[in-house]
Amino acid sequence: MACIEARGLRKAFGATVALDGINLRVEDGRILGLIGPNGAGKTTALNAILGLSPYQGELRVLGRDPWTERDRLMCDVAFISDVAVLPRWMKVSQALTYVAGVHPRFDRAKAESFLAKTSIRSGSKVRELSKGMVTQLHLALVMAIDAKLLVLDEPTLGLDILYRKQFYDSLLNDYFDRSRTILVATHQVDEIQNVLTDLVFIDRGRLVFGCSMEEFESRYLEVSVNPERLAAAREFKPMHERHALGRSILLFDLKPDRVDRQQLAALGDVRTPSIRDLFVAVMGSQPVQGHPAQTQPVQGVMS
Amino acid sequence: MNSQPDPMNGTPLQSPAVVPVVLPAARPFFWSLRREFWENRFIYIAPSAVAAVFLVGFLISTLHLTARIRHTSDLTPMQQADRIVHGYDIAALAIMAATFILAFFYCLDALYGERRDRSILFWKSMPVSDLTTVLAKASIPLLILPLLTFALTVATHCIMLVLSSAAWLGSGQSLATLWTELSLLSRWEGLLFHLVVVHGLWYGPLYGWMLLVSAWAQRAPFLWALLPPVVISALEKIIFDTSHFANLIASVIGAGDGGAVTGKASNSMAMIAHPGLAESLTSPGLWIGLAVTAAFLAIAVRLRRYRVPI
Repeated sequence: MACIEARGLRKAFGATVALDGINLRVEDGRILGLIGPNGAGKTTALNAILGLSPYQGELRVLGRDPWTERDRLMCDVAFISDVAVLPRWMKVSQALTYVAGVHPRFDRAKAESFLAKTSIRSGSKVRELSKGMVTQLHLALVMAIDAKLLVLDEPTLGLDILYRKQFYDSLLNDYFDRSRTILVATHQVDEIQNVLTDLVFIDRGRLVFGCSMEEFESRYLEVSVNPERLAAAREFKPMHERHALGRSILLFDLKPDRVDRQQLAALGDVRTPSIRDLFVAVMGSQPVQGHPAQTQPVQGVMS
Repeated sequence: MNSQPDPMNGTPLQSPAVVPVVLPAARPFFWSLRREFWENRFIYIAPSAVAAVFLVGFLISTLHLTARIRHTSDLTPMQQADRIVHGYDIAALAIMAATFILAFFYCLDALYGERRDRSILFWKSMPVSDLTTVLAKASIPLLILPLLTFALTVATHCIMLVLSSAAWLGSGQSLATLWTELSLLSRWEGLLFHLVVVHGLWYGPLYGWMLLVSAWAQRAPFLWALLPPVVISALEKIIFDTSHFANLIASVIGAGDGGAVTGKASNSMAMIAHPGLAESLTSPGLWIGLAVTAAFLAIAVRLRRYRVPI
């Protein structure tokens, strides 16, 4: 049984279709990145998976229907939704006591040891903490829960670069152990490229692309082509072309067997593209219907 | 679900007496209730403050009365006792009024505030059902506040008793006159009855309605809670020239009348001369009210399921 299994998942708000028949299967032990522009349906999809909103179609998370069994599902699922949602009046010690009280899989000592590595004091109230510290606190609570699935929705939004790096580092080093599954929705793709095992692009309520990171690395190549070879390179039908520092950077899909790695290496410097470049390429090939996110699909991330 | 006691040793806020081996189903409820006290500290601070202020006032008036008794003797012992006794009723009423008002504001914010500050996403990430959450919140006005009012009033009365007994002895009179006149035990019995039956059970539909509105409203729950009753009453008056609906609401608020649709507010006598337990509990109005409360709460549970931050 897969960790998450969705078939024809659909959700509409009035006339606006937020999810347009999504099929998704996430196996145990994967770290899946759900990447898409703002308004693509990321949060709507996560809300359905977390039992926060009703949906049409078929959806099973850890074998349960999230909408009717949210409370039981939450014994095995942890999530950090958006940024800071911890109640501002709560003291750190109260947060620990409360979660220890209601959650059967929470290890208080573990959470305290995570917190000991930060500058968060147990007597502080959430409202007294900085945004980065609130996220650290939430992460400490969540990592001390022995959950099978962890869902993160833009977990690093609004954090400074140090906290962002730390966030994924502690997630990988102190939490992920191959028996857990992590689902991250974000549009800050650069920081999770080395974290993910699988990748899905979502746009206008549809999954437009999906592959594992192994496949991503073996299938897509980016070539920085010397100007005199550009015409020859274009013969191989690149997915996407962009220009940087006087050179053309062409993105190739090796799957259709029009070109192989050696041929491309002869054209210029070859490297694995960033998820962001592939995202631009994939989104660029989608039919444009006056969608505002289409022109600038990827927000400027620290680069 | 694990059934053994959780690793909660070293929890400073936890007294050992409160943690017997709790049934797994009761644990989320207990902790949901517990967190309401953390979040809404005014639940016990406000009535305590009212009691404290009242005690200071009572102390001053007792000193004043003692001085008056000592210097002039224009009051008979019975009149003097009456004055003191009156203070005890005022104390009970003041604390009761404070808790009633805060119950009102508590209910309107209970399922609205968590959406406004987005913390509902945190609460919903915990294995606590919407039913448990709503029931925990509803039990604050229905159960906790009446009992808290009772405990606080009894404590206040005890302190007052020490003060007035000392003053009474100081003016050289027998305590028996005062204590007989006070008859605190029957006063407390009446108070407990009034709090549980009227504030807990009769006012149930009011609290249920306010919780429903606080789960439903996207803004201004206070206005939404008041608007429908006012509009329905007004429309009924205009169209049919009757006021059944207004009378109905008045009868719920004036529950001290034992359910008669007279629209008269309960007075302080109601808690001393109560109509009797059996009579109240067999009143159909009470049971209809409880059914309405249950319906309102069921809708609130359903609404909360669909709710995300505003």
